[in-house]
Amino acid sequence: MENSFIKALAEIVGAEYTLSDPESLACYGYDSTPELQSRPGVVVLPKSTEEIARVLALCDGSGIRVTPRGSGTNLSGGSISFDAGVVLQTSRMNRILEIDEENLTATVETGVITSALHREVEAKGLFYPPDPGSMNISTMGGNVAENSGGLRGLKYGVTDDYVMGLKTVLANGDILKTGGKVVKDVAGYNLNQLLVSSEGTLGIFSEVTVKLIPKPQTKKTMLVHFPQLEQAALTVSHIIAARIIPATLEFLDRTTIKCVEDYAKVGLPLDVDAVLLIEVDGHPAQVEEDAAGIRDICERHHCSFFQTAASPEEALKLATARRVALSALARVRPTTILEDATVPRSCIAPMVKLIQDTAKKYDLLIGTFGHAGDGNLHPTCLTDERNPDEIKRAHQAFGEIFEATIAMGGTITGEHGVGVAKKKYLPKLVGESGLRVMRGIKGAFDPKGILNPGKIF
Amino acid sequence: MDYVKLINCMRCGMCLPHCPTYKETFLETASPRGRVALVRKFQEGELVESEKFLEYVSLCLDCQACASACPCGVNAGELVAEFRCERKNEKGLSFMEDMVLRKLVPHPDRLEAATAPLRLYQKTGLQKVVRSLGLLKMFPEALGRMEGLLPKLPDAPLRQTISEVTPAVGKEKGTAGFFLGCVMSLIFSEASLATVNLLSALGYKVVTPKDQKCCGAPNMLGHDIEGLKDAARFNTDLFESHDLDFVVTDCGGCGAELKKYGHHLDGEEGATTFSAKVRDISEVLAGEAGALKELLKPLPVKVTYHDPCHIAHCQGIRSQPRTIINLIPGIDFRELPEADACCGSAGTYNIEKPEMSDRVLSRKVLNVQKTGADYLVTSNPGCLLQLKKALSEATPPVKVIHLTELLQMSMDA
Repeated sequence: MENSFIKALAEIVGAEYTLSDPESLACYGYDSTPELQSRPGVVVLPKSTEEIARVLALCDGSGIRVTPRGSGTNLSGGSISFDAGVVLQTSRMNRILEIDEENLTATVETGVITSALHREVEAKGLFYPPDPGSMNISTMGGNVAENSGGLRGLKYGVTDDYVMGLKTVLANGDILKTGGKVVKDVAGYNLNQLLVSSEGTLGIFSEVTVKLIPKPQTKKTMLVHFPQLEQAALTVSHIIAARIIPATLEFLDRTTIKCVEDYAKVGLPLDVDAVLLIEVDGHPAQVEEDAAGIRDICERHHCSFFQTAASPEEALKLATARRVALSALARVRPTTILEDATVPRSCIAPMVKLIQDTAKKYDLLIGTFGHAGDGNLHPTCLTDERNPDEIKRAHQAFGEIFEATIAMGGTITGEHGVGVAKKKYLPKLVGESGLRVMRGIKGAFDPKGILNPGKIF
Repeated sequence: MDYVKLINCMRCGMCLPHCPTYKETFLETASPRGRVALVRKFQEGELVESEKFLEYVSLCLDCQACASACPCGVNAGELVAEFRCERKNEKGLSFMEDMVLRKLVPHPDRLEAATAPLRLYQKTGLQKVVRSLGLLKMFPEALGRMEGLLPKLPDAPLRQTISEVTPAVGKEKGTAGFFLGCVMSLIFSEASLATVNLLSALGYKVVTPKDQKCCGAPNMLGHDIEGLKDAARFNTDLFESHDLDFVVTDCGGCGAELKKYGHHLDGEEGATTFSAKVRDISEVLAGEAGALKELLKPLPVKVTYHDPCHIAHCQGIRSQPRTIINLIPGIDFRELPEADACCGSAGTYNIEKPEMSDRVLSRKVLNVQKTGADYLVTSNPGCLLQLKKALSEATPPVKVIHLTELLQMSMDA
């Protein structure tokens, strides 16, 4: 990276927030994706929309590529610069600009932490449902760019169900405003929805306006054990078929149960195929009725254990197994490959079975947990990056798992994004016409191709 | 350094929102994940120990909030400290470090003698003159900061005035060893006296061996692992020579270090047995909640509690102090936002890195003010020093006291 260019960046964002020493570049060469690393040429942390615009105009003029980054929790390599370009970190733009209680919207700067928004709106009796696993550090801009989901996706949807307006800086530094606070808006193409999950390839968000809903009055938490996987899967389908939509319907498989029990000793039996964590929320009368209905369905499907939390403390205790699932798995081996294969919920049982068979075939340790209610599973391979043979087998196994996912009518990524990690699977999923349309859109937004190059396709 | 400990970090970023220096800077190099990456890349030969490298690594407060947050059990704070110890071991101690860590700190009598002039400085009224004339500005910055932190000293260190055996009140339940802690004995002797009173009132005979030495935490801070091991061997032998049911300390820093003697001495049998006997005073008191409640009288004050890093993150003690405070009849306890975030004291960090320490401290002061409390309760001398000064200057001022002082107030009410 030329000194004159670094100097020009420093004039925009300040020398303190323009980093080019080898130590800093090493620390911005990774995100949360296993195995992937590449040092950027320079890192900038702008403080305002205007600073982002000036940085992008400068880069566009010089043909230098830019990769946006929030807190670097991306799981598909999306926030890594692979061609020694500029990494633009948005964390300093962290103001909640407005919580509009009349229109039920919140407008935030792009670097606001998701759980910080949760706290602010919940203090006003409002609710912003998307709750990705990284919500304590993930940024709102990153959530929009990746269309993050979370545990509450089944009932409440994911990030794109809440994005109402965006302020986006385009590649040449122009500022694009889309949507706003209106519920109905059919003026032209729905650019908001197009920008959601664009993974930093179409523009860099500087402000986000999201929809808020009233906070549910009450909730009930249940923990259920199933000796047989098929019965657990049928229970999930039948709960939905009974017109009950739980806020949370989470699943742990046998391997995960064993790891959780080894780590946290929460009293899970080791001879069951599946554990479900179910949470219903809403009006107290509805919650009672739903919980009773769920109990009935679980019992009809031969659950071996059913417990309803009697207090918020007990609810927390019941949720422990699910909450610590990733920790428990991650501790087993040095390297953790966390995937997000997603199938229609009717295919949960065959999918989990297929993952288990594939793990056996390739002699791998894969624990599966995840959001059974919306079919979004997290097969998690526990491995060691120092063992190239095992890593190779892990990639082969995931190749087969993703092929099966596509064959079942599912998708290669439910919430982590394509980035570079899933790039090779995308053509199979969207076909040649899908790729052509995506490339056309990319060209319309970013003709010189400076924004997060090499990601998605 | 064990390489596996470094590659166990899966770079998920869960530590970032808990790291005081990341919260202030938003820089990856100032985050636990970044520091692990730096040390790893140094080990892999990708980075050298440049000035910047050392600057980034030394910005760590070693508060270990990252360890509490890490899903895969990586303790970034400890890894960085270990790394710095290893580097120090290769380079050796400087003359000053040798003077302080080997010739002063391990000798309580020398330490007490060294602080005697300070007592005189306060007693003669010289401190008042120095402060009112603004003479502190003439001191080197670090010395000026140290002087500013100094609260009123007791007439004599507790080690000199306490009797070796304090009998139990009523029927004797057991024998507790009491580990004094240098700063507690030298500066906060009233709190430690309250600790001994409480143990005695609850039916424990308290043995306070007079020969005990510094726990070795300053050696760890100075990255002098050999000095730390000397302290660990000495104190283990001394306390193990008494017949004790458990060993109590009211200093978070000492407690964390004493509990790790077994680890520091590579699992030597005596040290492991000793470490397993160590209790923070709050652990003992929470276990005696019923009896303790009987001793407490109404104290209608507004209090909040700051979790010292060495108590919450290093020892995992969070609920016990809160349980105890809530035993006091009429108390108005208010939870402190970000209660377990470091106050910026962090051993000698507030002297070595004043700018970052002040930023971390300001955040703590703002949070304390949000609670509207009259008293901030905590249980580590470093936090007491740092917060007493900052909160006495805040508007309105907030009184800062040790947990056992609050209980003594309630007993005396």
